[in-house]
Amino acid sequence: MQTKYIGKSVSRVDGPAKVKGEAKYIAEFNEREHLHGYVISSRIAKGKITKLDASKALALDGVVEVFSHQNLPRLAWLDLSYKDMDAPPGSPFRPLYNNKIKFSMQPIALVVAKTFELARYASLLVEVEYEVEPHITNLEDNLDKAQEASGMRFGYEPPSSRGNFEAAYAEANVTLEESYFHGAEHHNPMEMHATTVFYEKDDTLTIYDKTQGVLNSQHYVAMIFGLSKDRVRVLSPFIGGAFGSALRPQYQLFLATLAALELKQSVKVVLTRQQMFSFSHRPITLQTMTLGASPDGKLQAIRHAAYSETSQFENYLENIVNWSGKLYSCDDVELEYKLVKLDTYSPLDMRAPGAATGVVALECAMDELSYKLNIDPLELRLRNYTDIQPGSKKPFSSKELRACYQQGAERFGWDKRNPQPRSMQEGHNLVGYGMATGIWDAMQLPARAKAVFTADGKLTVSSATADIGTGTYTIMTQIAAETLGLPLEQVTAQLGDSSMPLSLLEGGSATAASVGTAVMYVCQKLQKNLLKLARNLKNSPFAKAKLADVLFEDGNMILKNDPEVSIALTTILQQNDLKVLEKKATAMPNLLKQSRYARNTHSAVFVEVHVDEDLGTIIVKRVVSAIAGGRILNAKTAHSQILGGVVWGISMALQEDTFMDHTFGRFMNHDLAEYHVPVNADIRDIEVIFVEEQDKVASPIGVKGLGEIGLVGVAAAIANAIYHATGKRVRDLPITLDKVM
Amino acid sequence: MRPFTYNRATDVAAAVEQVSLNKEAKFIAGGTNLLDLMKIDVMHPQHLVDITRLALNTIEDTANGGLRLGALVTNADTAYNEKVEQRYPLLSHAILAGASAQLRNKATDGGNLLQRTRCYYFYDKATPCNKREPGSGCSAKEGFNRIHAILGTSEHCIATHPSDMCVALAALEATVQVSGPNGDRAIPFADFHRLPGDTPHIDSNLKEDEIITAIELPAKGFEKNFTYLKLRDRQSYAFALVSVAAALDMDGNTIKEARIALGGVAHKPWRNTAAEEMLANQPATTENFRKVAETILQEAKGFKYNAFKIELAKRAIVRALQQAAKLEEGA
Repeated sequence: MQTKYIGKSVSRVDGPAKVKGEAKYIAEFNEREHLHGYVISSRIAKGKITKLDASKALALDGVVEVFSHQNLPRLAWLDLSYKDMDAPPGSPFRPLYNNKIKFSMQPIALVVAKTFELARYASLLVEVEYEVEPHITNLEDNLDKAQEASGMRFGYEPPSSRGNFEAAYAEANVTLEESYFHGAEHHNPMEMHATTVFYEKDDTLTIYDKTQGVLNSQHYVAMIFGLSKDRVRVLSPFIGGAFGSALRPQYQLFLATLAALELKQSVKVVLTRQQMFSFSHRPITLQTMTLGASPDGKLQAIRHAAYSETSQFENYLENIVNWSGKLYSCDDVELEYKLVKLDTYSPLDMRAPGAATGVVALECAMDELSYKLNIDPLELRLRNYTDIQPGSKKPFSSKELRACYQQGAERFGWDKRNPQPRSMQEGHNLVGYGMATGIWDAMQLPARAKAVFTADGKLTVSSATADIGTGTYTIMTQIAAETLGLPLEQVTAQLGDSSMPLSLLEGGSATAASVGTAVMYVCQKLQKNLLKLARNLKNSPFAKAKLADVLFEDGNMILKNDPEVSIALTTILQQNDLKVLEKKATAMPNLLKQSRYARNTHSAVFVEVHVDEDLGTIIVKRVVSAIAGGRILNAKTAHSQILGGVVWGISMALQEDTFMDHTFGRFMNHDLAEYHVPVNADIRDIEVIFVEEQDKVASPIGVKGLGEIGLVGVAAAIANAIYHATGKRVRDLPITLDKVM
Repeated sequence: MRPFTYNRATDVAAAVEQVSLNKEAKFIAGGTNLLDLMKIDVMHPQHLVDITRLALNTIEDTANGGLRLGALVTNADTAYNEKVEQRYPLLSHAILAGASAQLRNKATDGGNLLQRTRCYYFYDKATPCNKREPGSGCSAKEGFNRIHAILGTSEHCIATHPSDMCVALAALEATVQVSGPNGDRAIPFADFHRLPGDTPHIDSNLKEDEIITAIELPAKGFEKNFTYLKLRDRQSYAFALVSVAAALDMDGNTIKEARIALGGVAHKPWRNTAAEEMLANQPATTENFRKVAETILQEAKGFKYNAFKIELAKRAIVRALQQAAKLEEGA
């Protein structure tokens, strides 16, 4: 289909505002007077606060109040009131609820003062004493306490085994069993979590919150503080990265709102970088893969078992092992997922939750199997390729993974690979080629959008979604401009405001499919409305035209069969004496249709690494990532999405690790000097290939989502390339130089 | 951060006097480390004497053919100074291996010597640390000690000195010029930093009321045969797990003099001059390099997470010397 904007390389519409500093982030709303809150964090991992004396802090001129469990007002008491839309099963953490400490760096008090500096200083004067209780924070030492992962959560699919693994495994000629481990990762977006609550004259709250769901934050605040929703407006116009950390309301929202309501004044709370390590993280996971195959490389038995951590108060659930039942043709699959409760904060979705880690185990094990079978790793994948999702036996709504393998391998030069490990060398560097497959779900969620077209030819579309840097503003603009045939400059997209039409959480790669479809629908409603208005004009050349008979181009409505006949959209309004046309639309996923298909995005990732044979230093020289992710709405932002995913894959494979000191039950490398993420010097060539898919099942607009798929598989491909380079198989991430030297 | 008072010093003598009269006062120049530590309340001076306007910001030739780096010259200006690049390229390379461009623009040469350790426990007031709070204990010994020392440790502290620049200065045998209430003195670089012993809270032999005025480089710059090799967890903006400053004075393939300083392995840039002398008048061979590497690491002691540094340091020394001697790869 010929398009003017959709699919094209359109620069971010919010780019100039961001570059000029006009795009304001949550802690930057400074014009109106407000107080500043500083959070005091627990020194211990478990126990009780036996003393909390704020008198010295309160004695300072300019310190307004210190909130703690000692002066918490009566709030909602049911767990249900604290459950946000993304809460896992369990009893959500309640900040300042009582004197109990459940995890290290738990917020225990909020100091509120006239300036940030004063609040921070006053926090040093608050005297806190604890009664320490023994904590457990070590996953591997507590596997005996593991429980079957139970409960339900949005997006979570309980693992389902099929066939008879034991029998099939016993029959298999070639077998493999290995364990894979990865440590915790913290999201660490550039922008720290922050909330600014403006206490309005009419006793309503205007809350700027770093969130991936303004309606989630609004709901959370309304429930806990017993406010009607019309008293709470939540905004989150720009977000400096989130990666899942802002899916759930974090404690700064609670604390800032509490202080604002109690003091009847505006309050801002910004977490420190150190405090960014005090809440959600990607859970530490230990996985065991057991594979059985025939000598010609057909998978006969797959077992994937995972132990993952959660907090004492919630069962954080994610799809870790499920992918092993979905990616390859195999009848006998056993999946097991267990949780170990530790004295830490609940983990939370981090980009490609579950898949980022689960697929590492599967795809590293597949690589190991390929050497046992003496079959090329790519060929092994092809021999187990499936066009029907195994298990469910449903066809895929679209699946161009085979083309991804082929185009990726060709671009990469996979055929130049010497199959022998430690066989390729350049100077001191051992050279390795590795590959892996990626998979993620294609999801469409219910979403609403509003469109307002005014007589000056300007169109505004809005939805209460978020743009965490992914390009939501831009694709909304493109879709609206495309549908109504308007120049991009005439279209404005608005989002991140709880007063806008409903949109659920910005996550799971579902936003473009969900909100994009709603924007398309609402603009189609406008099309119909405009046509109706045009038909009713006196002597209208459109009098008999149906929607299928007209085109919307360059601000005009045009008769398809007679392009000479056209009318400016603005004229239609003017001649109808209308100043404005306003429509709302709801895009619900067609569950009946969708349920007949398996809906996934796929990727094939090829990596070249150089490993210094003596020093163990690892450079990822080249990555080719071939993506089958449905329709691409914007070639530029889509490319950036995948680049970002690949960079995170490099990070996950080689650098990222939050290290817990079990003596203190505390993550120790809690700043960006010692919690490593890649810098420019670490990133070399990355090439992205999109194998487009026509897929109207995944979403009416054809989008399958790109937020997660770019990351999945990358770490496995790197680990596999390192094995090929060095002959050393490293099964715990990150792969630092000491593990390969 | 606790409140503090501030004044800007107009000359060295006044600065020294201001700090010597007030036990709670500290000098501040680039502030790239001190301000961070003040924000997290690890350091809490009550008064800061700003020395950034003192006339210590030039690089000049010395009478004996060396170079004098004013204490307030920034790391960036030092690394890119033409004389430093030509006569002491080892120093340029070491500086540019450290921090980020932004930090090097702000950090001063004198301040670089005085930066504190990057031990996680030193930075986190929730945990005991003898360097931060003498007598409270060392959490790193039994804790997460991947980045910690393997040489010259004590039961009280296993922290490392984080500087790259200082590793080169140790190899070049620089002299630190200081000024105090009792006048000026010169401290040989080897004597400037200390081992932790039972006073890990004292990083250097600079007295509290002394100020660094300059760093003097001797004439010999090893500009022909040198390497700064830094091994770390990412390619930039990470502290060294192990770094090696290697400098050779060569006559053909014969080594006349060798200097080898290690970073990331001890409470100070680590040198073993006896081991270096093993290379004097010896041919530059990988075998000889291995021997000296073994000797330097002979006394090394690893902890749970950093034992790998011992072997890594040996291999890094060999590689650095190979590069400095311009041996064919793999020779």
